[in-house]
Amino acid sequence: MTGSGPRAVSRRGLLAGGALAAGGALGAAVAVTAVGSDESATRPTKTTPVAEIGLAVEPFHGTRQAGVATEPQAYAAFVALALRPETDRETLGRMLRLLSDDAARLTQGRPALADTEPELGLLPARLTVTFGFGPGFYQAANLDERRPPSVAALPAFRIDRLSPHWSGGDLLLQICADDPLTVAHAQRVLVKDSRPFATVAWVQQGFRRAAGAEPGRTQRNLFGQLDGTANPKPGAPLETAVWVPDGPAWLRDSTTLVVRRISMNLETWDLLGRTDRELSVGRRLDTGAPLTGAEEHDEPDFNALGSNGLTVIPDFSHLTRSHVTEDRLRILRRPYNYDGVPSADGTADSGLIFASYQADVTRQFLPIQRRLAERDLLNEWTTPIGSAVFAIPPGCPEGGWIGQQLLG
Amino acid sequence: MPRNITGRHLRPAALVAAALLTAAMAGCGSSDDSSATNPPPSETAAPSADAPAGVVVINDPWVKAADQGMTSAFATLVNESDADVTLTGVSTEVSPMELHEMAMKDGEMVMQAKRGGIVIKAKSSHTLEPGGDHLMMLDLQQPVQAGDELTFTLAFADGRTQSFTAVAKPFTGAEESYNPEHSMPDMSMSPSAAS
Repeated sequence: MTGSGPRAVSRRGLLAGGALAAGGALGAAVAVTAVGSDESATRPTKTTPVAEIGLAVEPFHGTRQAGVATEPQAYAAFVALALRPETDRETLGRMLRLLSDDAARLTQGRPALADTEPELGLLPARLTVTFGFGPGFYQAANLDERRPPSVAALPAFRIDRLSPHWSGGDLLLQICADDPLTVAHAQRVLVKDSRPFATVAWVQQGFRRAAGAEPGRTQRNLFGQLDGTANPKPGAPLETAVWVPDGPAWLRDSTTLVVRRISMNLETWDLLGRTDRELSVGRRLDTGAPLTGAEEHDEPDFNALGSNGLTVIPDFSHLTRSHVTEDRLRILRRPYNYDGVPSADGTADSGLIFASYQADVTRQFLPIQRRLAERDLLNEWTTPIGSAVFAIPPGCPEGGWIGQQLLG
Repeated sequence: MPRNITGRHLRPAALVAAALLTAAMAGCGSSDDSSATNPPPSETAAPSADAPAGVVVINDPWVKAADQGMTSAFATLVNESDADVTLTGVSTEVSPMELHEMAMKDGEMVMQAKRGGIVIKAKSSHTLEPGGDHLMMLDLQQPVQAGDELTFTLAFADGRTQSFTAVAKPFTGAEESYNPEHSMPDMSMSPSAAS
């Protein structure tokens, strides 16, 4: 248990107590979970029966695609496809009708059409499949004039060590669910149905905490940091930051996605003491609070001085360099951790699948990225090794398909 | 009337081809895993749009994509009425068709024309699937590409007909080797790219 555990946990214990007092089936389930624990008053108590996690459903059809504002699921696969050279607008329509149908069925807990493992399609576990169009998609469709201008390869940054193995891609499938088997099956179905049209460019698989382990909490990366504290809050701030409010049908209710694979050097990070780790990011590791505050979401005070006469939050901390106050300039971070196989000497292959949603890459993502690339203490331990940008087109109604506003 | 049902497609060449095929097809798809791809019918699928006027409800229709030669269409047929219904034929624009079944013959699963048609019992369903009964497309006049939508018309013993649309899917499974020269490896049905 981390040092910060008990406080957060006791609040949840209180909630569980309320559920118990209320009685009923749910209360009983909670009681069963709590029995046998020496610290039933302070342990996180589960209020979601496990069976409900498997059966939980996120909508597929709608004006906007799911998997963006959706509470992040525990597991993700980002699958980038490279279109075959002969692909044209008509071909893309056929492809997206097929893939949309697969997604519509699997996300609702129904096997895909011609599913060779139909039993694997029955537990959606909040499965979402989010489609993204890379620059090459618009070229293949001969519709480059409809490409959002900011959907293009990012400019090169000094800190980048990009590998083509993790970069680019014409069509992205972001597959997320609270169950890894569900993600694997959806990925298999979608890749199989993509094969007549495309090859696999890259796949990045990642994870967060298990479903229900830390409901509502900001995710932690493998440096142990809370990651995503500055996200726009649900409601108007998120609306402003993420969704394109107007324009032609293929732009309205769309957004953009930047996927960056960030290698995190756990070996050199290990050399840092806790104080230095906190100074590099400008936040406390346990609570995520700015070094000038007490709670995660406290406003940082960049002018506060310590007894040594320096600012409490270093000028080159990640927090200082990435700080944004206007909602229209914020990005919605929805990252996943990756953890590859260590080398023989135990060197970790760990990092972050950075994924951010924003209405406009140029207006929102690039200024932050430029400041971080120029000066961010965390650059010492992190290296971008992959980069890709996609338009996330609007959703589709029942019977429709993703991309129909663009290609139809 | 197990043969080709539609007058439109009842062409001598097709009939000859079909006859040859039926004869040669003993052994085609001699797979012993015909039960491995038996998904439970999806009860949650929305009825097709033409269900209200239809003889049966047609759920989850699809056709296996193929560039040339032969392929098959599949679906789950639901008979919600109080009387048995007999499917006697099927037709489409792009190929002559037959109702086929997989049957044991001399210890092997073989594909053959289904004599007497396919009976869908009252208040029950019948699944057309790889390894089981299927709607056989005998001679494609044009490629059936992944994502294409094809219209099929079912004919029933009482003279009624019913049309539905099925989407073409890439599929490499089970019995899908339709080469009449079954001693040779699959030539016509290689999982090629859609052009």
